Amino acid sequence: MSGRRLATGGLIDRARPVDFSFDGKAYQGFAGDTLASALLANGVRLFGRSFKYHRPRGVLSDGVEEPNALVEWRDGARREANTRATVAEIFPGLAARSQNRFPSLKFDLLSVNNALAPLFAAGFYYKTFMWPASFWERVYEPLIRRAAGLGRNAGLADPDAYEAVNLFCDVLVIGGGKAGIAEAMAAARAGGRVLLCDERAGLGGQALSDGEAVDNGALAALPNLRIMNRTTVFGVYDGGVYGAVTRLTDHLPVHEAAGPRQRYCRIMATRAVLASGAIERPMVFAHNDRPGVMLAGAVRAYIHRYAVAPGARAVLFLNHDEAARTIPSMAGAGMAIAAVVDGRAASGAAVHDAAKAVGAPVFAGAAVTRALGRMGVTGAEIRGADGGMFRVACDIIAVSGGWNPALHLTSHLDGKPVWDDKIAAFIPGSLPPGMVVAGAAAGAGINEGIIPLWHVPSRPETSFVDFQNDVTVKDLTLAQQEGFGATEHVKRYTTLGMATDQGKTGNVNALGIMAGGCAMMGTTRFRPPYTPVAIGALAGAHRGMRFRPVRLTPTHGWAEAQGAMFTDAGLWKRAQYFPQGGEDWREAMVREVSAVRQSVGICDVTTLGKIDIQGPDAVAFLEFVYANGWRNLAVGRARYGLMLREDGFVMDDGTCARLGEWHFLMTTTTANAARVMQHLEFCHQVLRSDLDVRFASVTEAWAQVALAGPRARDVLARLVDDDADVSNEALPYMGVRAVRLRQGVPARVFRLSFSGELAYEIAVPARFGADLPAWLMASGADFGITPYGTEALGVMRIEKGHPAGAELNGQTTAHDLGLGRLLSKAKDYVGRAMSQRPALCDPARPGLVGLQPLDGVSPLRAGSHMLRPGAPANAAHDEGYVTSAAFSPTLGHPIALALLAGGVARQGETIRVYDPVRDGDALALVVNPVFYDPTGSRLRG
Amino acid sequence: MRLQCPHCGPRGLAEFTYHGDATVQRPVDRGAGSSAAWADYVYLRDNKAGVHQEYWYHQAGCHAWLVVTRHMRSHEVMAVRAAMVRA
Repeated sequence: MSGRRLATGGLIDRARPVDFSFDGKAYQGFAGDTLASALLANGVRLFGRSFKYHRPRGVLSDGVEEPNALVEWRDGARREANTRATVAEIFPGLAARSQNRFPSLKFDLLSVNNALAPLFAAGFYYKTFMWPASFWERVYEPLIRRAAGLGRNAGLADPDAYEAVNLFCDVLVIGGGKAGIAEAMAAARAGGRVLLCDERAGLGGQALSDGEAVDNGALAALPNLRIMNRTTVFGVYDGGVYGAVTRLTDHLPVHEAAGPRQRYCRIMATRAVLASGAIERPMVFAHNDRPGVMLAGAVRAYIHRYAVAPGARAVLFLNHDEAARTIPSMAGAGMAIAAVVDGRAASGAAVHDAAKAVGAPVFAGAAVTRALGRMGVTGAEIRGADGGMFRVACDIIAVSGGWNPALHLTSHLDGKPVWDDKIAAFIPGSLPPGMVVAGAAAGAGINEGIIPLWHVPSRPETSFVDFQNDVTVKDLTLAQQEGFGATEHVKRYTTLGMATDQGKTGNVNALGIMAGGCAMMGTTRFRPPYTPVAIGALAGAHRGMRFRPVRLTPTHGWAEAQGAMFTDAGLWKRAQYFPQGGEDWREAMVREVSAVRQSVGICDVTTLGKIDIQGPDAVAFLEFVYANGWRNLAVGRARYGLMLREDGFVMDDGTCARLGEWHFLMTTTTANAARVMQHLEFCHQVLRSDLDVRFASVTEAWAQVALAGPRARDVLARLVDDDADVSNEALPYMGVRAVRLRQGVPARVFRLSFSGELAYEIAVPARFGADLPAWLMASGADFGITPYGTEALGVMRIEKGHPAGAELNGQTTAHDLGLGRLLSKAKDYVGRAMSQRPALCDPARPGLVGLQPLDGVSPLRAGSHMLRPGAPANAAHDEGYVTSAAFSPTLGHPIALALLAGGVARQGETIRVYDPVRDGDALALVVNPVFYDPTGSRLRG
Repeated sequence: MRLQCPHCGPRGLAEFTYHGDATVQRPVDRGAGSSAAWADYVYLRDNKAGVHQEYWYHQAGCHAWLVVTRHMRSHEVMAVRAAMVRA
């Protein structure tokens, strides 16, 4: 036992005891305690084992910079690794556990690594695990990962909720210490909207840790000032945007935690004041990582904030005046002060006066060379000014090598900290636009009288610089010897500053050691986040069902009632097939295709993009965006349209109907709907603003259902008003008409066919969409009208050789797809010039062909590659690949579409369809890609 | 980052889609097919370490194409205007 709770003082609520456990053992603390303060009050010193050498570790700090006291927090799915005990607030029922020990914290088998430390020096992994290469992934990596690492992942889905907000303010004050409070007060009195964020539960910062009274009562009277506690501003982004996380319920037991666990705040601030204070530097000497070696500021914080004396008998090791204030604090807490060791040859008056007041001996020009004790400090080995060594018994070595301004946020937008010799610290250099720095973060009032002491020459292999990653002075020396002395190199070579604490306590000491008395090198670049942020907080509500929007067609409910299975098409859910009586997808597809081919079927096609285009220059606009011509399209007629990108490759296809002289309705593929809209806007606003045309997406405004099959006209005739003529003469293939349905609903009928049958697409305003399928089903009941899904739709389009997503893959030209005849020669359009490049018109390019297996049964899978029979199966002999494949119920055998070098000119050849990944190997006949009704007689009938 | 949309005011970056260089000019198509000028227009882009103009699309907003003048090193946005020049 070494630490203890003081009888009085502190900011804890002694009326509210809190029962919790650590490593299964029950303890009691008070509301307001962190895990570190509560365990220290209970005499616990050992908190964890270190990363590489499994050395015993205790508490170094009292803040977010803590590299040692990392624990697993909570249980089950809520278990969070590497939680800093120094900032995590305890609550009733909390269960925390130490990390990185086996089988127990006090007896850790892997501490054998400590004995093998010479082996594990910097660069060890690079040098040792080099060969054979086949061992990298199978042997070395799993071995290293098991031995290293700290806490364990919960391995379960995060059960907590998170939310995100946008906040706007004139002034954002980051840090609620004395400087931040003053800045916030001044800004709020000046009248702007002010946001004051502080990472702790209450304002006060280091002043509270030093036992000073902090008066922030006046803040409450300012209505334009908002205080956000438990809020870490973790990143600075372009244009005055700041990222912050508020921990809403982390300090509560689960059953008391109502609402989200954390809130991600995107803060838009005109100005920002960084008042983030400073982080204390440890001293580097042998075994300076032993439990009981603690930052002097942290010792004061435990005394004044938490009323905990972290030890009974202390040695204070410092090199500047301010740390002397630890002397009265410790004395006031009843701690004995065995020695004050001042690294400076001439100790300051502040140190002498404070020590004299409590009768503590001062050793100037001296240094602590070694911490004694194995599982915790039992004494200090000191080298006096005369070089003589002596030992002093103690259970705490309070250290302060000076303070580093917490300037991380100033460097997120490429600002480079600059070295200030006067205070031996980096101070903010160039700042993000709109940011100023105040208080200790700017270097104000810190490190008075400092003479830097980067390390005490003693045993370099146990003198730790980066505690969390177990980087020692020896490692740094080795890196320098081996040519990795530059700031960014030494980081990678030794892993200095690469742990979850990002080197907050160790980096500047390391730079001082590397400089070796010469000018300081720059720091490595700080990047967001300042402290670790839970992924859940960044994801917010965007997970599970809310990961992305789900778009449902107006007929969705009807399809669900029919027992449809659904598939994703972009954000849409589309009916994939409608199984009956235990059918699988293939049986259902065969039945649905047969019904359409023999009688009639219906299928929702609402998801196709629909763009309404109007204006006197609508035709000229279509002429510009489509590769084919539009001038002679009559009102009441539709046409297939092919769109190219400016580089000459196919972008999208669809149909466009002329509804009036100046009025068109364009359809796009489901996948490209948004992209085509964006493209049209670009063409109009950037390239052809001379054209008087307007357009709008109306995809959601209309519900559209395809009615296909030899009986389609009979069904349609029953659906529309008596006076609506839907005969072949009145509504021919590619005709368009506005009609009224018998239900009194206005509708548009497009005689378009994707299936190759006589077919119509019927569009009604979306609010009638839910009823349209039922009306169609009733009209066609005696024909056995059959709903069909995307499976049947896809098979029928392959039977018809229509290019779709797999063929419109961004790498195909109009010629490749057999659509070269559509390219107009009479006008300028997007993609015309580049589509004429000789290489894109080369007949040897892969072109669209049909394939059918020679044996009539072998499946041909999409993704298979084609080879000449007898040619070696390698990339040099690749002839192209299969893009789409299906079993054709109409033809009774497998069919496929493929992009084959030379294209349809090779009809009649036999080709090998080779699929080594799925053991596919078959011979196929190259045929016309239009397998079914190549003359189109059925759709024109 | 935020952009000052001339129609919608200052909006977050998530609403915008980046397109690229706004200084390139589409050549006049005289029916002669591809040329070096077309290849430049479609493929060649300068990677400036300085002030640059680029197209952004306000996809989750007014659908306006914008010309943004931005410093490529500091990301400072100097000007935003609508790309469309009304005849």
